[in-house]
Amino acid sequence: MTVARRIAAPLRKIGSLLVSVGLTFLGLTCVTFVIGRVIPIDPVLAIVGDKASNETYERVRLQLGLDQPLLEQYWHYLVKVVHGEFGTSVMTAHPVLDDLLSVFPATLELATLSLVIGVVGGIPLGVYAAVNRGRWQDQLIRFMSLLGYSMPVFWLGLIGLLLFYAKLGWVAGPGRVDVGFDDMVPAVTGLMTIDSLLAGEDEVFWNVLSHLVLPSSILGYLSLAYVARMTRSFMLSQLKQEYILATLAKGLSPFRVVWIHALGNVWVQLVTVIALTFGSLLEGAVLTETVFAWPGLGLYLKNSLFAADLNAVLGGTVLVGVVYIVLNMLSDVVYTLVDPRARGQGT
Amino acid sequence: MAKISRRQALAGAAAVPLALQGQAALAATPKDTLVVAKQIDDIITLDPAECYELSGIEVATNLYDRLLRYEAEDVTKMVGGVANMPSVSADGKVFTFKLKPNQKFHSGAPVTAEDCAFSLQRVVLLDKTPAFLVTQLGWTKANVKDLVKATAPDTLQFTITESYAPSMVMNLMTSIIASVVEKKIALANEKDGDLGNTWLKTNSAGSGAYKLISWKANESVSMEAYPGFRMGPANLKRVVIRHVAEPQTQRLMVEKGDVDVARDLSADQIKAVRGNKDLRIEDFAGANTWYLGLNMSDERLKNEKVRTAIKMLVDYDGMVNTFLKGQFFVQQSFLPVGFFSAMKYTPFKLDVAKAKALLAEAGYPNGFTIKLASNNSAPGPDIAQSIQQTMGQAGIKVEIVTSDRKTVLGDYRGRKTQMTLMSWGPDYFDPHTNADTFARNTDDSDGAATKPLAWRNHWSIPEISAQTALAAKELDAGKRKAMYEALQKKVTLEGPFVLMFQNVSEVTFRKNVSGFKLGITEDLNFYRTAKKA
Repeated sequence: MTVARRIAAPLRKIGSLLVSVGLTFLGLTCVTFVIGRVIPIDPVLAIVGDKASNETYERVRLQLGLDQPLLEQYWHYLVKVVHGEFGTSVMTAHPVLDDLLSVFPATLELATLSLVIGVVGGIPLGVYAAVNRGRWQDQLIRFMSLLGYSMPVFWLGLIGLLLFYAKLGWVAGPGRVDVGFDDMVPAVTGLMTIDSLLAGEDEVFWNVLSHLVLPSSILGYLSLAYVARMTRSFMLSQLKQEYILATLAKGLSPFRVVWIHALGNVWVQLVTVIALTFGSLLEGAVLTETVFAWPGLGLYLKNSLFAADLNAVLGGTVLVGVVYIVLNMLSDVVYTLVDPRARGQGT
Repeated sequence: MAKISRRQALAGAAAVPLALQGQAALAATPKDTLVVAKQIDDIITLDPAECYELSGIEVATNLYDRLLRYEAEDVTKMVGGVANMPSVSADGKVFTFKLKPNQKFHSGAPVTAEDCAFSLQRVVLLDKTPAFLVTQLGWTKANVKDLVKATAPDTLQFTITESYAPSMVMNLMTSIIASVVEKKIALANEKDGDLGNTWLKTNSAGSGAYKLISWKANESVSMEAYPGFRMGPANLKRVVIRHVAEPQTQRLMVEKGDVDVARDLSADQIKAVRGNKDLRIEDFAGANTWYLGLNMSDERLKNEKVRTAIKMLVDYDGMVNTFLKGQFFVQQSFLPVGFFSAMKYTPFKLDVAKAKALLAEAGYPNGFTIKLASNNSAPGPDIAQSIQQTMGQAGIKVEIVTSDRKTVLGDYRGRKTQMTLMSWGPDYFDPHTNADTFARNTDDSDGAATKPLAWRNHWSIPEISAQTALAAKELDAGKRKAMYEALQKKVTLEGPFVLMFQNVSEVTFRKNVSGFKLGITEDLNFYRTAKKA
């Protein structure tokens, strides 16, 4: 009985996870599909252009299956998506899945570096601000966070370009790599920093990094602002707890109390914050990618929306949804690593 | 609260990222490469039998040679391309083209009349957007293989079943549909009987001055010079067009020298870079006509006096002298200046008093309220606001409805708008292309076979349509010119179009770049003459 229960519990957990993932996915495809069909943009026009004859227009409309009832269209779409077919993008003439696989690494590279900057900078700043609550250090960090929250990212991007690229010449300009290095490195992972290292092209690596620094610093700053604010607030509630006083009374060093004990207790909340931040970065920072001519997911989604390229929009949205689902699952795993109480649940 | 020393806390914060300073790029483009910053997100295919987007046409112009051409050396004179100028039968129906000798495709295979015939046939057989350009000649999927043939390895002959002026047919043969595709390569890459369409969307099989290295959608187009080109190799070995969506970013890049040419700077940005000694600004007339469509299903707009009053309530000069400065000039004809028989025609000026009198005569002394649909990208909203302001002076209360261009277009095509601010670009370099849409509407029913601009505005014009058809067929150039002049006047004065502006492209070059000129249409934008010092 005990053995059976021990086996059944994790199975139930996996089962409920799969059901919730399945339902989330179904809801996601349903909502994106309906939105895609009710927006007042004609997907046929996107393909045939303004000047096409009536026959061409009608032929393409039938090809797209737009004459069928909405429910039937959704069913066909769902069956295809389950088989990994997102259709062909009007905008690029490629299968949407291929497009997504080619643009996503650009965003992943940018988002990862930005997240590293955000986390590595944000958490210590948040802790420092909490420890110095009300003092000038706290005020300064809060002001910096507020600034990061309130400044329009496209403006920050343009100013960053103007200053660090145009005036000071510290970093390279828009795009992922200089024209002279275009197509020099074969795409293995799609992450150009890694691909250039794999190819042993140091010069390309430095050039890629130089292109990456500014957009990732800007996005990193925004993440930093969020992470620092949240860390500060979580830490403030921890530092008020009695066990802090008790551990200090026992003679533990204040450094150890703050950085090990107090911070250790906010990790679960921080993991959620970090996962959400990463998720929003992976959605593709549309404006940053536009300003920096960064061929990532955000730019792809924006362009497909403007081009009324519904296959691409739906495919991209599903990808974003999948990213969130995966991040949620990862967070669940990380919870069990950072919080012993989570490990005990369900057993 | 426990005291923690500042040093201890700072030690924890030591992981704050150091300013990441990569190796800044050397801001200069390679000497043998022309790097252009441009918005190229409109490209959806590079197959010349399918491509109908402006950036795509420009790229295809350089990848494929065409039967006939207006060459970069003199864009006003039609000359032979792959073939010499054709001979035309006395009845104007049979066109015979002799190919120029020793031409080769990028693959090294010779260019033959069979390739030329195949290229024209596949436009009709594929039936993609540009197919209408040649189906108007009477070619159908059923007859095109009989009507378009290679009669010898170096001789192409085609027959048209409809009557058209030979000059118009020849002009069609300078457009994208007359791009010569290598038959063998297209068929080798055929999938499900698509005549190589899927493959040619992203690859090239031509004999133009450049061959395609890669097109990455919304990212870049890279081309390499073809040394065996008919007119000799291009000056620069490579051309890279980078998609830079944000004009401000384009400006920074051209100022910095990361690109040689910036194509999409706004009027304000152009003004700001004018003083830069490293840059040069050049103006090129475009062929886009900006106009206001007046839907005559609305009783008020059906009244000619109201339409004339509206034409007098637009501040044409005021706009081109202020926010449209450098980007547009006033042209109140449906033909852009630079086209055969185009008149520089500007009969209307802002005249509120006269307009008021006309409105009173028409029975609207206090004006009325009307909706104006405009797209939400520049300069649409600015023009719409100016119109709103000047029409308001005569009592016409304009409600502006702005939305995305595709939404406006959908409503306009469905004849759901009252007034529509729109632009129109010609399909090929002949006056018939615009006359056929502004001055033709023989069936105003909802189920009409074709839906030209006159149809979209409910302008039922059997007589004018007949004149348009006659002008397209007229063999005598002088008479043809006079016919188009009469049509232009009629459409401007009586039609449901407030014809306003013709566009000008302002291009920003690095000083060391020369020889790259933009033509009046994308069919005339040649990269091969560009040079770098």
